[in-house]
Amino acid sequence: MEDLHTVLPFLLGLAWLLPLASFTLIVLFGPRMGAHGVAASYLATGAIGSGFLLSVVALLAWGLSSPDRNAAMSQPAALEGHGEHADASGLDQQGLDHHGGGHHAVTPPRAYSGEWYTLGRFGKLKITIGYYIDALTIGMFAMVTLIATCIHFYAIGYMHDELHDVTDHEVTLSDGQHLRRPGRFHRFFQYMSLFCFSMLGLVIAGNIAMVFVFWELVGICSYFLIGFYIERKSASNAANKAFIVNRVGDFGMIIGLMALFASLGTFAFGDGVDDKGKPTAGIFSQVRAPANHYALQAPASMVRAAAAARVRAIVADHFQEDAEELDEAHLAAPAKPARKRPDFDKIQAASESEIAAEIADWREQGYGYWLLVIAGVGIFCGCVGKSAQFPLHVWLPDAMEGPTPVSALVHSATMVAAGVYLVGRFYPVFAPEVLLVIAYTGAITLLLAATIALTATDIKRVLAYSTVSQLGYMMLALGVGGWAAGMFHLITHAFFKSLLFLCSGSVIHACHTNEMPKMGGLLKKMPITGYTMLVGCLAIMGAGVPFLIGLSGYYSKDSIIAQAISFQQRNPAHGTVFFYAAAGGAAMTAFYMFRLWYMTFLGPPRDHHIHEHAHESPTIMYAPLIVLAVFAAVIGWPVFGVTDLLEQARPAGETGQGVLLASLAYPNEHDSHAPNIHMQATLYAFSTALGGFLLATVFYGVRWLNPNDVRQQFGAVYRFLLNKWYFDELYDAVFVRPARGLAKVIASFDRLGIDRLIDNLARWTRGLAGIDDLIDRYLVDGAVNLTAGWTYSLGRSLRSVQTGKLRQYVMLIVIGTVALTILINFASAK
Amino acid sequence: MDLLSQSVGVSHFMVVGAIMFVSGVVCMATKRNALGVLMGIELVLNGANVNFVALSSEFLTKDTGGGIGLDGQLIALFVIVLAAAEAAVALAIVLNFYNNHATIDVDRADELKG
Repeated sequence: MEDLHTVLPFLLGLAWLLPLASFTLIVLFGPRMGAHGVAASYLATGAIGSGFLLSVVALLAWGLSSPDRNAAMSQPAALEGHGEHADASGLDQQGLDHHGGGHHAVTPPRAYSGEWYTLGRFGKLKITIGYYIDALTIGMFAMVTLIATCIHFYAIGYMHDELHDVTDHEVTLSDGQHLRRPGRFHRFFQYMSLFCFSMLGLVIAGNIAMVFVFWELVGICSYFLIGFYIERKSASNAANKAFIVNRVGDFGMIIGLMALFASLGTFAFGDGVDDKGKPTAGIFSQVRAPANHYALQAPASMVRAAAAARVRAIVADHFQEDAEELDEAHLAAPAKPARKRPDFDKIQAASESEIAAEIADWREQGYGYWLLVIAGVGIFCGCVGKSAQFPLHVWLPDAMEGPTPVSALVHSATMVAAGVYLVGRFYPVFAPEVLLVIAYTGAITLLLAATIALTATDIKRVLAYSTVSQLGYMMLALGVGGWAAGMFHLITHAFFKSLLFLCSGSVIHACHTNEMPKMGGLLKKMPITGYTMLVGCLAIMGAGVPFLIGLSGYYSKDSIIAQAISFQQRNPAHGTVFFYAAAGGAAMTAFYMFRLWYMTFLGPPRDHHIHEHAHESPTIMYAPLIVLAVFAAVIGWPVFGVTDLLEQARPAGETGQGVLLASLAYPNEHDSHAPNIHMQATLYAFSTALGGFLLATVFYGVRWLNPNDVRQQFGAVYRFLLNKWYFDELYDAVFVRPARGLAKVIASFDRLGIDRLIDNLARWTRGLAGIDDLIDRYLVDGAVNLTAGWTYSLGRSLRSVQTGKLRQYVMLIVIGTVALTILINFASAK
Repeated sequence: MDLLSQSVGVSHFMVVGAIMFVSGVVCMATKRNALGVLMGIELVLNGANVNFVALSSEFLTKDTGGGIGLDGQLIALFVIVLAAAEAAVALAIVLNFYNNHATIDVDRADELKG
């Protein structure tokens, strides 16, 4: 399809803007939409549903347009030899000295980039609304819109309480009454629409500045939605926490952005053309130049920025030369010097050519590489905040204060997915050292969150830590070079995590509590929720028949562990840590998920009151569960080609060798498809998951062992985990308290210093004004009154002349005239 | 006294005008009757008119060449019109004054004195 580059931006752009339109309409007319704003939900759902349809059309258009690539991609695992598909351009033969150099290495991924609208231009800085569409964008669009549509439908049922006045039993007013407030049904959907719009904008963004804008929009939307029950102290705290913790990460991101922009001079991902039609290189092609076989190297401008001192020295040198030349010319012909001033053009040309010749040398010496690493780590900092990685993971578990559909959206398709997505999108820019940082962050997060999830009793909290842990998985996968594995897990995880959250919402809806120790035996009461949740648990655990078929998690988790093994073979020291983290995480995942499921759905009811009132949710709530359960089960199957789609967006070029850490070597991701690695990975993943599952069954399913015994045995560890590794307390002590103390000091300084100063100033001003008043009253007013008094008395004394006697007046006129005549005559006579 | 021995010229008319003017002024200054005052005004105006007409007469100023053309006669016509209008207004005032005070003594009209 030739015109794909016009069709795709149109389709996806429309899918992106529909939620914005819905948001705008609900903002303006929300409360007037039907009874209590019920139509707002139809509008929002319709908008995101249409977005989903458009995304599917775009997906089909993409798939149909590349049959040849699809054919080449469809059996990537089978391709053991490398370089078989040497590109026609023959770049392969020119020898990438990295071994591997598979058939993808020299073909850049198919991508369409362009600009819709230029917001502003300030010198070199150009801010645009643009798009960068590749297979990843399209896959994300389909995933996000599908999950968001399901969640919208679910929310129509879940939020129905908000259609009427709500009595919030968790908020007690000062008079002891519970808060009673009007329902906010339409506002919920208004924010949901904005949330979807922001996330889609983030996915489609064509430049990093636009990414940042939508990044913050996603943040503010999550703030609104987490704090939806704003009257609850815990909700408003959680919203603040989410927002502030994210700011910490964004600070790093801004540094990364500045490093990139200052050295590369562009925000755009893809190549484009400037106003004069000259092609401009985007970030990706500057960092991985086609001329360099898409291998990562610091671009010339970055090297130059880093070697600024050397550049200055060269320019100074040429100035010196020119000055000497000038002196000589002056000595030769002092009367008629050829020129007086330095020849700037010549100096510039000479220095430029010398600098250009030196760049390669400087690059060898390592100039610019640090800048690249800093840019990468900076961008990753933003992702750490948004994707709740250690040490900024603390906000995500609190984010469950929002309504459950929001939790589902935040935890699967939007907020946290944004961070992983950005790491995937920015993959070409990350140097091996940055990837190592990412991998370690992921590994730590993965273990940390999984251990906390083992002991949590709040059903949503277990799921929240499970999300953090799975995000750690994705980061780990990306960090060990498994680009496709990480993105694949992002997509499969989105399906089963949204499913799990919606199921937990259904349970909470029925039980009106979050505490698992009060549930139990709910399977008979709510079978659909129970069985769909079982599918979700199996999917996240990675259940399947080894080497044959499995649920979606089976495929994505296998590919991550395979990549970890592949990485371990090249880097034994780091790799071992990552491998054990991945395997241990898999075991713990299985354990805590089934602990959750058993505690909720099996066993004797622990609280009869709750059990008796429990009931299956309405159709509009369980229908999305079934849809999501189907997807969570099958989305990983090779038939659906998710991995093939992702392979089409794989960044060109290899990660290769570290420069700062020379021993660090990244394997090609295709190496992990080798049969021996793959088999190992499958066995490890399966056995660890099975181990966790069996342990959970022994403790909670058939209850041969009593978890309380273990709890007493390891009391210290248990308390440590139950208190979430004391992270909240640590941050409270290290950051929150000092900050509040500082704030108090500054407040008292304000009160005692600044306020007092201003009060005194005010007092002085008042005194001065009093003096001014006296001057006004006595001096100015006095002068005016005196003049008026004089005029008055003059008038009084002249009154008597006005006798009212006509004849007297005539006489006076005559006398006056005669007197004047005489006077004039005498005067002129002189 | 060469006026008496000269042929009639501008000077003679001016003497007549001056006499009329002074008579009018004296009349205004001495009469207590409002109608008398009005008559005085007529005399003053017409004294001035005589001067205007005399000074613009072609026949009278032929020798001296100091005439003011026909302008004087025009102004005299204006003065006549003005005098008529003034007389009408003044008589109306007088009649009203009489209605209110049963007298036309101008000395009694001193309500606006200071």
